[in-house]
Amino acid sequence: MPTRLKDTDVAIIGLGAAGGVAAWPLAQAGLQVVGLEAGTWLTRNDFAPDELRNNYREWPQSVQKAQHEVPTQRVSASAPTLRAATHPMMNAVGGTTLHYWAQSWRLNPWDFKVVSETTRRYGASRIPKGSTVEDWPFGLDELEPYYDKVEYEIGVSGQAGNIRGRIDRRGNIFEGPRSREYPMPPLRGSGFTDMMATAATGLGWHAFPGPAAINSRTYQGRSACMYHGFCNKGGCHVDAKNSPAVTTIPKAQKTGRLQVVTRAHVTTIEVDREGRVAGVTYVTDGVEYFQPAKVVLLASYTYENTRTLLLSKSAPYPNGLSNNHAQVGRHYFSHNQQAGVTALFPRNLNTWYGLPAQGMGVDDFADDNFDHAGLDFIGGGNLWVYSDRRPIAAASMNTFGKAPTWGSAWKAFIKENADRTNTAYLQKTTLPYEDNYLDLDPVVKDPLGLPVCRITANYKDNEAKVAAFIQDKMEAWYRAAGATDVLRGPLGVMGPTTHAYGGTRMGDNPATNVVDRWGFSHEAPNLGVLGASVMGTSGARNPTLTAQALAWRTAEHLVNNWKTIAK
Amino acid sequence: MKGDDDSISRRDLLKRAGAVAFVPVGALVSVVRPFQGRDAVAKEPLETLTAAEADTLEAVCARLIPTDPNGPGAAEARAARYIDRALGGALKSSRQAYASGLAALDAHANSSRGARFAALAPADQDRVLQDVAAGAAPGLPNGTFFNLVRAHTIEGTFCDPYYGGNAGFVGWDLIGYPGVRTTVNADDQRLGAGTKANHKSAYDYAMFTKARD
Repeated sequence: MPTRLKDTDVAIIGLGAAGGVAAWPLAQAGLQVVGLEAGTWLTRNDFAPDELRNNYREWPQSVQKAQHEVPTQRVSASAPTLRAATHPMMNAVGGTTLHYWAQSWRLNPWDFKVVSETTRRYGASRIPKGSTVEDWPFGLDELEPYYDKVEYEIGVSGQAGNIRGRIDRRGNIFEGPRSREYPMPPLRGSGFTDMMATAATGLGWHAFPGPAAINSRTYQGRSACMYHGFCNKGGCHVDAKNSPAVTTIPKAQKTGRLQVVTRAHVTTIEVDREGRVAGVTYVTDGVEYFQPAKVVLLASYTYENTRTLLLSKSAPYPNGLSNNHAQVGRHYFSHNQQAGVTALFPRNLNTWYGLPAQGMGVDDFADDNFDHAGLDFIGGGNLWVYSDRRPIAAASMNTFGKAPTWGSAWKAFIKENADRTNTAYLQKTTLPYEDNYLDLDPVVKDPLGLPVCRITANYKDNEAKVAAFIQDKMEAWYRAAGATDVLRGPLGVMGPTTHAYGGTRMGDNPATNVVDRWGFSHEAPNLGVLGASVMGTSGARNPTLTAQALAWRTAEHLVNNWKTIAK
Repeated sequence: MKGDDDSISRRDLLKRAGAVAFVPVGALVSVVRPFQGRDAVAKEPLETLTAAEADTLEAVCARLIPTDPNGPGAAEARAARYIDRALGGALKSSRQAYASGLAALDAHANSSRGARFAALAPADQDRVLQDVAAGAAPGLPNGTFFNLVRAHTIEGTFCDPYYGGNAGFVGWDLIGYPGVRTTVNADDQRLGAGTKANHKSAYDYAMFTKARD
């Protein structure tokens, strides 16, 4: 029998990007919160600017739970099952926000209304065959106040493009209306990003500095960014990266109402006979504990959210918690963000320093920001170039067919070209499909003997067409800036990624969605789910800020309806 | 010269290789040549590899990133030392691949060129490596082992010197990386900034907890 711990109001599973934000409004409102985190605290001293350790050795300083639970993957139900060597996420208080790129975008208005807007403008036949995409249960306007709260509470730097309908051409003219400016100006440009912005303007496009959860100046007593070049999969040595670990979690702790439990490896969510959630079972050093809670918020990660629900079988939920409609694991997609473009320039770009969030975006070809009438796909992509280079990766550069891969000729090539290449990050519309889903692997288990998550998914025609279209645009941008050679990356597969969506989709219809418009289960009323697993569309940009805004909204809904939800 | 002394410490070797970086480029070849030979390298105690394995690996690394008119290569960077140390730690899972791969590579050198790899002339060594890369050597049916060694040689030449490679920052100097800084100003990010190499390891900054291996 597990050791039964003292009751609490809310148990949050996972203190990462989403759970770490939700803890703050809950504690602020007076609720007792227990945050169950598999990892430990890491601090600025742990974040050495060390490429080998950060980028090649999978964060050896963190608890390796995720690495023991790497999902398996197959492109279809009849294809062979493979397993990636590593999991892209990490375990720690703050989760992967400790070493993420911190690009903090709002979705564009179209992303909430893909079905209705596509149908209105081009006809219903333009929704790709087999896609299970739905409109979100609300529009951008509903989420705007929560985007605003998160931007100000954790600190997001950026240039507004649309304040209450007033367009500011220094920002993204395609963004939806926001209520006010960002709390901080954008990160500065670099010689390279300025050069790219000039080239974009020459093409008649609208380049703008992107938003980042990174301080461009001192904010809430924490330092401004030092641009030292190790932000990409590196933690911040001056706490300028606004992970919940240095923002909302410490604020919640100061209320005295957030108890952070580290090294808590959650195995199951328990329910009572009526199907209400009763608490969480977790293991620390082989000892099992039961944390009773009036409300449970599941905030691990997309793969683990689905996995934890499917592993939590009970009489009321024989096929997994909140899965009586067989929707847990459905509508999965990982972001169509491969198919990049790499360019070679005839001059040094001096991108040895900086960070992936210090960049220039072009949104002219994202979402429905351009006319698709004569095209055979919907959606698009955001073009993003940035200043970021480290020596091992630089020496491992593609040789563009101009040199062998070793020996003196190769050495001469990298000596000349190591600082002359750049790769764009192209995030593209990705849709859910009937035959793309997550479930439990029938064979592979973690060290506790529990099945890992299995991905069955592949990109479809729409994703391939968007990728080719966006690669054309990116090539044009690079060439306009003087690139002499351009390479295109492959589409890739929907394996484990940092941008994984679905599995517990949010929507009004319980037959096609796991959680309701507030993020609470359609079946177990005191179970909430946080993270990108509730998102039904991807947009063409990083998901974290949206997951955080949704988490705040779910937490606020819980506070406002405590008596109904907690009983 | 001091490097010929058997008792030379690892620290001294690091310092000595570091001195190379301050020699004008035109003079590099003649200055670094003495370090290219196996004599200086073999005197350092090995942590994982056998002496024979280290001998072969040193020679392989020296052909992958040769010492040439463009400056020091993997030999001066001590890439093989990096690999030797890492195979006892973070790269432990590759230890067996090195044992069988280096043995197969040497066997192929013997059968196709008449001597073990380290004893061959550079041109012959290159032909053996071409076979290994192409999966044309017995016991090495594809390029997997070659790609593994290549990746680790690049790590050992361009990593933070803390790990035993990139000795004297020769790798970073080769590609023009100006070094680890904890603060970078806007001027350092201009095109053509020409920021001077600072030759600092991450762990020269006292605040950072050292990596485990």
